Amino acid sequence: MNFKLKDLGPQLITVIAVVLVFGFFTYNAQVNMESRGIDFGYGFLSQESSFDVQFSLIEYDGSHSYFRAYLVGLLNTILVSVIGIILATILGVIVGIARLSPNYLINKFAAFYVEFFRNIPLLLQIFFWYFAALRALPLPQDAEPMLGIFFLTIKGLYVPAFIWQNFNIFFYSILAAIIAIIVIRIHAKKLQETQGKQTPVLLISIGLILILPLLSFLIGGVGLSFEVPVLKQLATTSFIYEGGVSLPPELIALALSLSLYTATFIAECVRAGIQGVGKGQKEAAASIGLTPNQVLKLVVMPQALRIIIPPTTNQYLNLTKNSSLAAAIAYPDLVLVFAGTALMQTGKAIEIVSITMFTYLSLSISISILMNWYNKKIAITEK
Amino acid sequence: MFKYLKQLTSFVAMVAVLFVFSTETMAAKKSKTLKNTQKKGFVRCGVSQGLPGFSNADAAGNWTGVDVDVCRAVAAAVLGDANKVKFTPLSAKERFTALTSGEIDILSRNTTWTLSRDADIGLTFVGVNFYDGQGFMVRKSSGITSVDQFKNGISACTNIGTTTELNMRDFFNSRGISYEPVAFEKADEVVAAYDAGRCDTYTTDKSGLAAQRTKMKNPDEHIVLPETISKEPLGPVVRQGDSVWEDIVRWSLNTMIEAEEYGITSSNADSMKTSDNPQIKRLVGAEGEMGAAFGLDNEWNLRIIKQVGNYGESYKRNIADTGILPDRGPNELWTKGGILYVPPSR
Repeated sequence: MNFKLKDLGPQLITVIAVVLVFGFFTYNAQVNMESRGIDFGYGFLSQESSFDVQFSLIEYDGSHSYFRAYLVGLLNTILVSVIGIILATILGVIVGIARLSPNYLINKFAAFYVEFFRNIPLLLQIFFWYFAALRALPLPQDAEPMLGIFFLTIKGLYVPAFIWQNFNIFFYSILAAIIAIIVIRIHAKKLQETQGKQTPVLLISIGLILILPLLSFLIGGVGLSFEVPVLKQLATTSFIYEGGVSLPPELIALALSLSLYTATFIAECVRAGIQGVGKGQKEAAASIGLTPNQVLKLVVMPQALRIIIPPTTNQYLNLTKNSSLAAAIAYPDLVLVFAGTALMQTGKAIEIVSITMFTYLSLSISISILMNWYNKKIAITEK
Repeated sequence: MFKYLKQLTSFVAMVAVLFVFSTETMAAKKSKTLKNTQKKGFVRCGVSQGLPGFSNADAAGNWTGVDVDVCRAVAAAVLGDANKVKFTPLSAKERFTALTSGEIDILSRNTTWTLSRDADIGLTFVGVNFYDGQGFMVRKSSGITSVDQFKNGISACTNIGTTTELNMRDFFNSRGISYEPVAFEKADEVVAAYDAGRCDTYTTDKSGLAAQRTKMKNPDEHIVLPETISKEPLGPVVRQGDSVWEDIVRWSLNTMIEAEEYGITSSNADSMKTSDNPQIKRLVGAEGEMGAAFGLDNEWNLRIIKQVGNYGESYKRNIADTGILPDRGPNELWTKGGILYVPPSR
């Protein structure tokens, strides 16, 4: 009995303290808002927002609701985070490996990159890339086409739009290829475990993912044409491109600076991971006749990933949260659209900030759960 | 006998306590904000992060502008010194929260008076110190001279968190023009992006356009189009719930405008005390009890005029002489063809 009380006592005190602190702040906020005549409520979410947003993944204009505006901001945040995470991972892995390169030039260049980009505040880098890009990029009328169809201008990157015929057949062919690859992989693994036979899974996979969609074009009736952007004059010196898809320079600058910055940290994670695998492991693997490729794939990487994944998860979370700096350069993310314009127009500061905080929390936890699942999956099962 | 005496004393004591409490609560009812301000010794004033002519700090940190002068007038009235103001620069996004949360007591930050702001969010607008309207700036080289020449696909740079975003939508929608809004959090970035060529037009209040134009790399390359697409009455704002403080701010502004109407300036204010016109005498504290209702002395308005000047002086010093908007337009007195008209101080 005594033992239990000693155990429960501190916990109980903690719970009471937390409840009291939260209760105090909630009560205080309520009293203050009451005395200042501010209503509390989430009813505004269904009202008409009456402001437009520059760039949106879903159909939206000012006649939609504030909730729709929230979704627009959220999707834009997710978009820039996903692009940033992919680019940062690719760049981070390359630079991380380059830092271990015996080639003096590559090695030092990678080291310089890491030290340079991780030691300058991110906001400055965002401003730099945005305004440097704005200064350096040509006006639409002066832009030289890249490969004849891309136009990189001060008003954004214009790329041709894909116009599909029978897109669903193409989609199914990709899906079929992916399923086939999974089946082959499982089969190959079984084959190796039972008979020790090696199957060239990678080659077969590449072949499948190329051939099946190609077949859909040849016999499935899938057609693809491009809508190339065309220059249009608005006034004597002002032009835009019409048709095609345009990516605003804000998105490009933000994705670029986020990934350049975060890649430095990921590079260090990768380097730490690879260096964390004992030299003896590689030598032992080589001594039983594994090729260098097999050493990397079967011995080094599985052990290195164990070290790489957890800190890299942190970097993914940081990148997602850092994307809120978008407000500085007019990229319409969650903070700019919802915690900015919508907050201003409605004056619902507590409601909107709480929703925004909860949204970032959910995003971060989702990434965290996903990465933890992956980490568990690749963890070495001790025998 | 002794027994009654005891009762009597307790009764007197009770009355005395009640009296003390009631005067105490009456004084508190008068204006909590005024009492706090006098206790602190400075007026807490929210201003912009730098808009020439309205509220702008120089290198030494001295704030000037017509919005700044409203706060200085209140300081002169309630504290006797126009310099006893603590300025807090605020973004458009932060401004109302700063006021409702009690971080500042006056928001004088080129803020448009609208129904929803006045009614919804615990604020009260006390008057108009600048009649403005939203306009567009374009590059001269574009050849655009009127908003009628705007075409589908035009990109417009602006600030978030302002009425500008809403007016812009109304304007383009009513004309059936598709546009790309590029909205930044701070005005400096808007100017930089527009100047670099990111946008075809820059839209905000016309006074703001005129002020920001002076910050461009080459101001002569840009023009403000003649059309005005909205009404933007800008004025100081206070928290809801302190009607005396609200009155003090309102009448500090009114005093400045009315002083101009009667030709009272910072240099002649003292001599106006002996004027024959009772209206002028009331404005310089020489007749009537014009401060009592606010809990102020009688010369509060004289101090405003002496230390800050009348509205015309403030406009000239901050907006006309700096070359932002030499022409007063609607911000001229009603007697001279403008729409500045304030209720009489009497």
